[in-house]
This record gives sequence, C-alpha cells and structure tokens, in this order.
Amino acid sequence: MENFSYSRPATLKEATAQLGKEHGKIAIMAGGTDIYGGEMKDNLLAPERLVHIKHLKELQGIRQGTGSLRIGASTLLSDIVESPVVQKQAPLLAMAAGKIGTLQIRNMGTLGGNLCQRPRCWYYRNNYPCYKHGGNACFSAIGENDQHAILLGGPSFIVHPSDSAPALVALGASARIVSGTGERTVPLDKFFVTPRENVRRENVLLPNEILAEIDVPNAPAGSKAIYVKEMVREVWDFALCSVAAMVTLKDGVVQDARIVLGGVAPVPYRAVKAEAALKGKTLDEASATAAGLAAVDGARPLSKNAYKIPLTQAVVKRALLSLA
Amino acid sequence: MAKVTITVNGEARTVSVPPETTLLKLLREHLNLTGAKLGCDVGDCGACTVIVNGKSVNSCLMLASQVDGFDVLTIEGLATTDQLHPLQTAFEEKGSLQCGFCGPGVIMSAKALLDEEPDPSVERIRDALAGNLCRCTGYSKMIEAVQAVANSVNSHPSVKSA
Repeated sequence: MENFSYSRPATLKEATAQLGKEHGKIAIMAGGTDIYGGEMKDNLLAPERLVHIKHLKELQGIRQGTGSLRIGASTLLSDIVESPVVQKQAPLLAMAAGKIGTLQIRNMGTLGGNLCQRPRCWYYRNNYPCYKHGGNACFSAIGENDQHAILLGGPSFIVHPSDSAPALVALGASARIVSGTGERTVPLDKFFVTPRENVRRENVLLPNEILAEIDVPNAPAGSKAIYVKEMVREVWDFALCSVAAMVTLKDGVVQDARIVLGGVAPVPYRAVKAEAALKGKTLDEASATAAGLAAVDGARPLSKNAYKIPLTQAVVKRALLSLA
Repeated sequence: MAKVTITVNGEARTVSVPPETTLLKLLREHLNLTGAKLGCDVGDCGACTVIVNGKSVNSCLMLASQVDGFDVLTIEGLATTDQLHPLQTAFEEKGSLQCGFCGPGVIMSAKALLDEEPDPSVERIRDALAGNLCRCTGYSKMIEAVQAVANSVNSHPSVKSA
C-alpha cells in the first residue's frame, strides 16, 4: 500500500474543505470496509489523503422528518437494522440492511458507505485495466461474466452491489449531498448512474461532495414490503439477484407497487413494467408470475449469466406471493 | 506516524503507528496480543474479530486511527489467571473447537451477542456467528456452547461479568 496521510476533521465543514477536484487523490472514508479494507488494501486506489467522516455529528443518527425518516449517512448499518423507528416506518430498509455482509461488517459499515461502495466485479477488484480503472475495455463482456449485468449493461457490465439501495429506491428516498459551497438533494433513483452516463463512477457524487443524509419517506399506509436476496451461498454474499418489493393492497387488489432489483444491473433497477403489470390486479399466482416476466423484459444476458433471467423471475414472483 | 490511544482489555495504551496500520496489526505486533488472528485479511473469515465499543468488528478492516479513544476487548481480556470465561469453559466442555484458529474470533462474536442479548434464539446465534468461518467443526457444537452459556447466565445472572 502507498503511503497516505490520515485526517480526522472535527466538522462536516472542515471535511468538505479538504476535498479536491479529482476522484481518488483525496478519498473519503466512513466505515472503511470497502475503501480501506477493499480498494486500498488491494491497491485499486492509492489516495494521498484519507478523510475520515464516520465520527462527524452532522452525519449521525436517525431523525423524524416530515412524513419521513432522515438518516445520517454515517449511521451504522447494524443500528439501522435494530432501529425500532426504521422497523416501523421503513421496514423494507431494515430488512434489506439486515442482509448486508456479516454482523461484523454491519457493525463497521455505514448506510452512506453501502450506497457508495464500488463494484464487486472480479476484473475490477483484480485491477484489470478496465473502463472503471480508466482503460478501454470491460473484460467481463467476453470473459467470466456469470455474476454480471443482464439489464442496462454496457459498455461496463458491473452490477450494483448494494442491498440498501434497492430498498431505498423502492421507498422513494432521496440523498442530501453537501460540498464546501452548498448542498443539493437528489432523488435516489437519479443518484445512481449507468455506465452509459459515466463509465468510471456509479453515482453522481462529485469529488468535492459528501453524501450527508438519506431522507426516507414513510412506507405508505397499508403497504407491505419484503426484500429477497439470492446468493451463491446461503449466508452473506453479494446478491446474484435481489428484489425490494412493496405493494399497497385494497381488498387483495394492488393499488400501487414498487419493484426494484439488485444484482442484475449497474444501478438499482426499477422494474416499472412489473409495477405496471400489477396495478389493478389481484395479487395472486397469475399476476405475480406476470410481474416476474415483466421485470426482466428487455434483459440481454451475456454468455454465462442467462440463468439470472429465470432466477429474477422466480425471485420477483416469490417476493410478491409472500405479500399476498 | 499516527498516535493512537485505546483502552485494551481495561488498560489505556498509547501507540505511535504508521497511518496504514490496522487495528489487528496494532494489537498483534505493537501490543503483543496475538489472540485475534490474521486469516483472510479482507473481512471474510472473522478470525480477527474483536469487540470495539461493545460491537463485534473485523479488526483487519479497521485502521488503528479509526478507533482512537475507543474501548477494545480481545480474547485475552476474557479469562483471568484463575478462571476461564464461561464461554471458554462451554467451548471446551462441548468440544466446540478443533484446530482452534477461528476460536478467538468466534468467542468474541458470541460474547458481543450475549452482552447485548442474554437469551438469543438459535437464529440470532447463527446470524452473529455467520461472519466467522470454521473449516473443522460444522458450527453445531459452537451454537450449543453459546446456548449453554445463555441458559446459565439466565439462571445465574452473576456469571455475566467479565
């Protein structure tokens, strides 16, 4: 590992003042499980300075907003899983956060970090000169691509690894982003960017910005939700496919539905066709099957990941039937 | 160099380390506390698990600087010269370990769980130990040992100390 200096600013203002104009030179660390434990240890990233932000009071805690919860980006994932208010007002987020990594990782990792983590693609993690590293190829396109994208892929075929992201997109959350010159709020479904928009990064954060807070609207009255995650192994791995499903039913008929997929696209993928297929239907075997089919409409598998299509269909169907 | 002050097993220690030093390295190489093990070094295996401010963490993924001012408990902090910790006794009695490499991490994960939740369900125990890989035992005897301690803690609350 290259030498770096470590900075522990006292305030968010001090932290943003230290940030630069270029990604990578000055890196932001909260829990550090990915940026330090992953990227720096594997020599994917060699920042000159590491700015620690986990302890900052401005980024801590779960507060009541107006019809929403405001969760500081440095809030521990395990605190979110255990939080009675999150369990009550946004149970989908508590469920999804509980599926992240191991308990040790959830005791170290933060919500902001889970949203900003880099891809798990083995070519990226093994420092292949791919698009993500500034090269001009995606090695998975013709290589070992069984865990890669079936939707919205190209030119890079990474999948977004976050479990909290599909849940937060389904809940209609937004991100409050702070820089030295001001702040902006971005709906979470606009926070993540496809490789076509920016092949180097997975979100809209600029080098001088810090993700400060996530605003999570309360789950609609009468809604039910579930997060289902399929992995290579039974416990703690990144998702081959996951679904955050939320439905509002009236007399068994779907009034509103949110279906967001993880592990199958470079961004949390909102399956709007599946949502449309459910609206006005009785939630049953037939409508859940149809929603599963609609969820992967337009999927374009690579040479080794076509299995993700029936897998995703089945996971969507199973998630929905559990809510019926 | 970064100056780090931590309380380790009840004792305040101050060490100067290069910024890239992990908590695990600080414990093993600077404080000679070699109970926590270096296994995978990427947060997969849990052999390096210690308790920081009451929570189980992978000390291989944490910078020493991150825990400046924090309270750290390692496996060395459990037993006294006279007596093993109840978890250690239960692991011994049940034959919960074979090669033992994962043991310090598993026991610290179990301790963090029982401190927070004295009577956990099997599901909770499995979740708390899921981040600790053991290639010898198949985990069943470990879960039995944690349950045995949970039961004894409930019938004799005084056992919970240490």
